[in-house]
Amino acid sequence: MINRISWSSNLLLNLLFVIATLACLFPVLIVVSVSLTDENAIIRSGYRIIPEQFSWYAYEFLFKDYAKIVRGYTVSIVVTLLGTFISLLLTSLFAYPISRRDMPFRNPISFFVFFTMLFNGGLVPWYLTYSAAGLKNTLAALIIPLLIVPFNIIIMRIFFTNTIPDSLVESAKIDGAGEFRIYARIILPLSLPVMATIGLFQTLNYWNDWFNSMVFISNNDLVSLQYLMYKVINQIQYLTSGMVDANIAGQELAKIPTETVRMAMAIVGIGPIVFVYPFVQKYFVKGLTIGAVKG
Amino acid sequence: MSIMNAVQRQYKRTIKYRVLFLMLLPATAVLIFNNYIPMAGVIVAFKTYTFDGGIYGSPWAGFNNFKFLFQTEEAWIATRNTVLYNGAFIIINTFAAIVLAIALNELRNRRLAKFYQSSLLFPYFLSFVAVSYLAYAFLGGGTGFINKSILEPLGLSPISWYSEPAHWIYILPIVNLWKGVGYTMIVYLASIVAIDPEYYEAALIDGASKRQQIMKITIPLMMPVIIIMIILQIGRIFNADFGLFYQVPLNSGPLYPTTNVIDTFVYRSFLLNGNVGMSAAAGFYQAMVGLVIVYLTNYTVRKISKENALF
Repeated sequence: MINRISWSSNLLLNLLFVIATLACLFPVLIVVSVSLTDENAIIRSGYRIIPEQFSWYAYEFLFKDYAKIVRGYTVSIVVTLLGTFISLLLTSLFAYPISRRDMPFRNPISFFVFFTMLFNGGLVPWYLTYSAAGLKNTLAALIIPLLIVPFNIIIMRIFFTNTIPDSLVESAKIDGAGEFRIYARIILPLSLPVMATIGLFQTLNYWNDWFNSMVFISNNDLVSLQYLMYKVINQIQYLTSGMVDANIAGQELAKIPTETVRMAMAIVGIGPIVFVYPFVQKYFVKGLTIGAVKG
Repeated sequence: MSIMNAVQRQYKRTIKYRVLFLMLLPATAVLIFNNYIPMAGVIVAFKTYTFDGGIYGSPWAGFNNFKFLFQTEEAWIATRNTVLYNGAFIIINTFAAIVLAIALNELRNRRLAKFYQSSLLFPYFLSFVAVSYLAYAFLGGGTGFINKSILEPLGLSPISWYSEPAHWIYILPIVNLWKGVGYTMIVYLASIVAIDPEYYEAALIDGASKRQQIMKITIPLMMPVIIIMIILQIGRIFNADFGLFYQVPLNSGPLYPTTNVIDTFVYRSFLLNGNVGMSAAAGFYQAMVGLVIVYLTNYTVRKISKENALF
């Protein structure tokens, strides 16, 4: 039986989505174009979707000070990899016991996690706690705050409960496997889909984080990519601060192509996301759907 | 002998669960450090903070910090902005996401539908710092896209977006919709896909039109998910999205009347102005009101339909 919308409604809806799609992608395209345009052409005739006068200059300028960018990438990559790995480990270690029906106190333990979603102490005591622990200007201050996301624990617990039959754990026990061995050898290998999804959530969380840097980092060696982007848009001078020497001085400084350099910085920062997005988005959607239907 | 066995079994049981309890430890330690110790630290809102005394050694101040807080006009403006913006976001995004989800589900070409879905989700993957750059490309002073490529050709004078607060009551909801609608749409789409096709088959036999099917089947069956999503958002109505309100307006001072929310207010008065007591009081006020709102919404939902309540 045919239960479809008419061709005319279909056309209309397609039009709606073409507009929505353009609205979502156009800003990124225009930024790419501006970053590849000559600064004078921008001042003369504004932003174009195709560069009026092509130029690599903004990138050349940005990469004169490549050390900052390389450092930004290094910090971001290290924090993201370490953070995601530890987070997956801790989340699964916590979610597995409370997914077990025979676990004593499983409801109070779940509430212990759930309550942190309902109430928090606010920025001030949180900051003072980290600072009293001596975590300012450490990588730990960028990793610890995002390690445990209560919602991820809930998703993982639901996955364990629904996909791992009790009988599997029982038979492993009869075969003499210890609890930790069951977790490592049976639960984890069966949980690859949910691990991939939560891993993706956390990768995005860590990669896009600038807040913890803004609060805890003042040491220039620990400036992540996002934080570097934040500094650049707020003061383009930051970029030049380290290079006001023989290379660039006086009148040279006045010629800094601020608009195009800003946009080049945006592309340097967004680039990795744009690049991996097509490959990972379907896993992200899958994870979202698990959370939506079950949670 | 049987007593020995029972003791032994009990001992084994303890050993068994001891390993499971041990597995809970690392995450518990993080939660205690990152969440529970700061929760206890809310008492700093009732103290005159001194650097040497720290949270626990500083002298008590009673409600002075709160008095001081509510004497400032900023606190009220920030509260008003937080609630009104979040209220607007809930209405706009929910409506747009439902419409888009239903429309996406009806498209004839599935491949195109997937492409639209991916494109609409894309902004969700960007950080608010990245979004602030994209917004700047449109709103920048001299060469920004709107001023140079839209207003100038129309013969209109340019607008200095980053110093005129009135425009931001429209800009912020637009940016928020742009960044978040793809995510919400996918959640709603999942709830539509989960609907049993038999409902539609039966409706078709009865001669129901597409519009009737959407109004009488799709939307009613989406309702539980819609309600949960709205409750979750109402529960957080006192918590603003810091990135949206801090990064996108580039922390511009003249815009505070329409961009300052409780979170940015706390951040600025604490880390930029060093006013520990008052910002702690503001944070405490935010957390307490937030908790009451979560409780009340949940209580209301429980009254109406028990299975949709969160706890």
